Amino acid sequence: MNSVQSRHMDDSILLAHGSGGKLSHELVEKRIVPFLANPALNRLDDSAVFEASGRLAFTTDGYVVNPIFFPGGDIGKLAVCGTVNDLSMNGARPLCLSLAAIIEEGFRLSDLDRIVQSIKETAQEADVSIITGDTKVVDRGQADKLFITTSGVGIIPRGVDISGANARVGDKVLLSGTIGDHGIAIMSQREGLKFSVTLKSDCAPLNKLVSQMLDASLRIHCLRDPTRGGLATTLNELARQSNAGIAIEENKIPIKEPVKAACELLGLDPIYVANEGKLVAVVDATDADNILAAMKKNVYGRDAAIIGEVTDAHPGRVTMKTKFGPSRIVDMLSGELLPRIC
Amino acid sequence: MCLAVPVKIVSIEGDEADTEIGEVRRRVSIVFTPEAKVGDYVLLHTGYAIGVVDAAEAEETLKLLEEMANLSEVH
Amino acid sequence: MKFIDEYQDNRLADRLARRIAQHSTKPVRLMEFCGGHTHAILRYGIRQLVPKTVEMRSGPGCPVCVTATADLDKAIALAHLPNVIITTFGDMIRVPGSYSSLQQAKAEGADVRIVYSTMDAVEIAKLNPGKPVVFVGIGFETTAPTIAASILDAQRGKIENFHVLPLNKLTPPVMKALLDSGEIRLDGIVCPGHVSVIIGSHPYEFIPRDYSVACVVSGFEPLDILLCIDKLVEQIESGEPKVEIAYPRGVKPDGNAKARQLMEEVFEVGEANWRGIGVVPQSGLQIRDKYQQFDAGKVFSVVTGPAREPKGCRCGDVIRGVATPLECRLFKKVCTPERPVGPCMVSSEGACAAFYQYETLETSQSEQRTKQTHGR
Repeated sequence: MNSVQSRHMDDSILLAHGSGGKLSHELVEKRIVPFLANPALNRLDDSAVFEASGRLAFTTDGYVVNPIFFPGGDIGKLAVCGTVNDLSMNGARPLCLSLAAIIEEGFRLSDLDRIVQSIKETAQEADVSIITGDTKVVDRGQADKLFITTSGVGIIPRGVDISGANARVGDKVLLSGTIGDHGIAIMSQREGLKFSVTLKSDCAPLNKLVSQMLDASLRIHCLRDPTRGGLATTLNELARQSNAGIAIEENKIPIKEPVKAACELLGLDPIYVANEGKLVAVVDATDADNILAAMKKNVYGRDAAIIGEVTDAHPGRVTMKTKFGPSRIVDMLSGELLPRIC
Repeated sequence: MCLAVPVKIVSIEGDEADTEIGEVRRRVSIVFTPEAKVGDYVLLHTGYAIGVVDAAEAEETLKLLEEMANLSEVH
Repeated sequence: MKFIDEYQDNRLADRLARRIAQHSTKPVRLMEFCGGHTHAILRYGIRQLVPKTVEMRSGPGCPVCVTATADLDKAIALAHLPNVIITTFGDMIRVPGSYSSLQQAKAEGADVRIVYSTMDAVEIAKLNPGKPVVFVGIGFETTAPTIAASILDAQRGKIENFHVLPLNKLTPPVMKALLDSGEIRLDGIVCPGHVSVIIGSHPYEFIPRDYSVACVVSGFEPLDILLCIDKLVEQIESGEPKVEIAYPRGVKPDGNAKARQLMEEVFEVGEANWRGIGVVPQSGLQIRDKYQQFDAGKVFSVVTGPAREPKGCRCGDVIRGVATPLECRLFKKVCTPERPVGPCMVSSEGACAAFYQYETLETSQSEQRTKQTHGR
């Protein structure tokens, strides 16, 4: 018996799992819903019905990470964290999520189970429910194993007004922890880069951290999570949106030794490497120390630091005082982050 | 052409060595540096060690830099 | 990290910068040959530290920038051959050829993979025995031995589907071509540190001897570069140009004989086509007949149209040190890191990409000063 035959039909996702028939229902009712159980989801109506009032935040994101399992997480955890964090970056308390999965025919059911478990645990940690969802299956080769899209609704507490356009001259720029962990953890798994490092992705839900920061002060003007494109790109976005200058100091940016080393090896600048469990906060200078103290009390903010400030010099641009002394302009990431030989 | 990073040799198996830099490990080819020993630092370029770092010279350079810096203070 | 952190010690930076300023009485023009030096100079803000008397110009030591358009077109054409897997260093993937790029070819369905090492390319060949694998062999003398080693490995392992498109170039011959052209006056050269690990310092001796130009081999950390500039200024001020090694922890005068031996086993010296310079005799490496079954240039035949240079692009002038990026009319207005016209803007060591970042700070600051003096 060859290896193709030895894999039982029950091991894999089949096209029928997406066709709406018995197998589809079985998949959803046996392998997904029970793990994410909540009253709205359990009804399995065409729409989830819920009540919410106040200023609402609404966001959506697609997740296509490769590899789908990586040190410190997987695509499921990422899908929940990413959307929870996007809501949190507007100061919103996440209320509920939707989850749509596009699965490639042949995907291992045991892998799906792992991912569902991961989604369950992350949602529990973030205190958020997945109240509606969808699964589709496409022919082998039409999707790279699994794509997930999550959308989320959150409620913005009264008095909170957080936006990328709100940075003011004199504000301090805070960073919640070490940069580059996620990107390097992913790269260490990629074919061809072959370095081994005991580094995990920093993938984490930050809503509770944000909540604690808002408890310390409402004078938080901007929040953003430096995902693709890294810290540099995020700071540039804020500088542009606010039409203000941002000046940071390289020496103040927290970074783990293995991330520094991996970046040296690959010729990468860590300020461009992706993060999935960090945030940048631009806050009123008078409250900066209080907010920092609050961040450090949370497990996801223990390495938090003040890394710079908002200035009236060079509006819309970001500068960094290099560890060596002189300052240089820091631009957005151009193209892809690629290892170089030169 | 230019990017070569000093990594420390942790173990050697024939033409290959396990190396380490800042808690990152990588297997490299030492086909160009057969004289390298465990504990040496080699310059790693695209997976190959291209030369052994001369620790004594490294010290000398640092001393020279300090001297030069001090002299400039005096003036 | 040992042998890195100590040479980034900023305590010494200002004092060294002051020392250079004390010694430098007349304007000097230095060429940093290597793209890696251009990158480091930008990253650590070296230009802000050296006195105004020291002018730094970029050179042709950026393998991405000097790969001839015709050669890149060939690589792209190979990528479109059925079944072929193209493997390349990351640096090359965004460079525009006459009509396309490797990245675009990938988007159009070609199998183009970025590798960190030639070893990875050989492994891809091993894992895909039915498919020809072509490695785009760019780089200078630092990289050439690794490519030679990979060809020997492929031979030993009977990995017959592994091929190299031989585009390696040599450093001293192009330095000579630049100096011979007389296009610019150079007082000193910051010689490439890691090329010199392989070739040593003797190959540069003709430069002070025949051209009275100072040569100092430099490492890549900021203190290394400042040390190199200090030595160059000292040589130039004293009127006694010579070859010096300011990176003795890495470079010996005789270089790495073992590496050169492997290089010479697989490669022979021939002419090479340099983007922006043209054909320079005895400046490139070609695969010897003995190993021709690994030569992608001989094994595959592809037809490419005449090479087309983007109109108005002055990359060639920039890499010859004849112009700075500021003097290119496309710079910043049309040619940006987002939409690069030529290779100097694509690669992070390209002079134009470096200037894009550095120049905007200066411009930004001087614009600010102008606003303050003249009011809004």
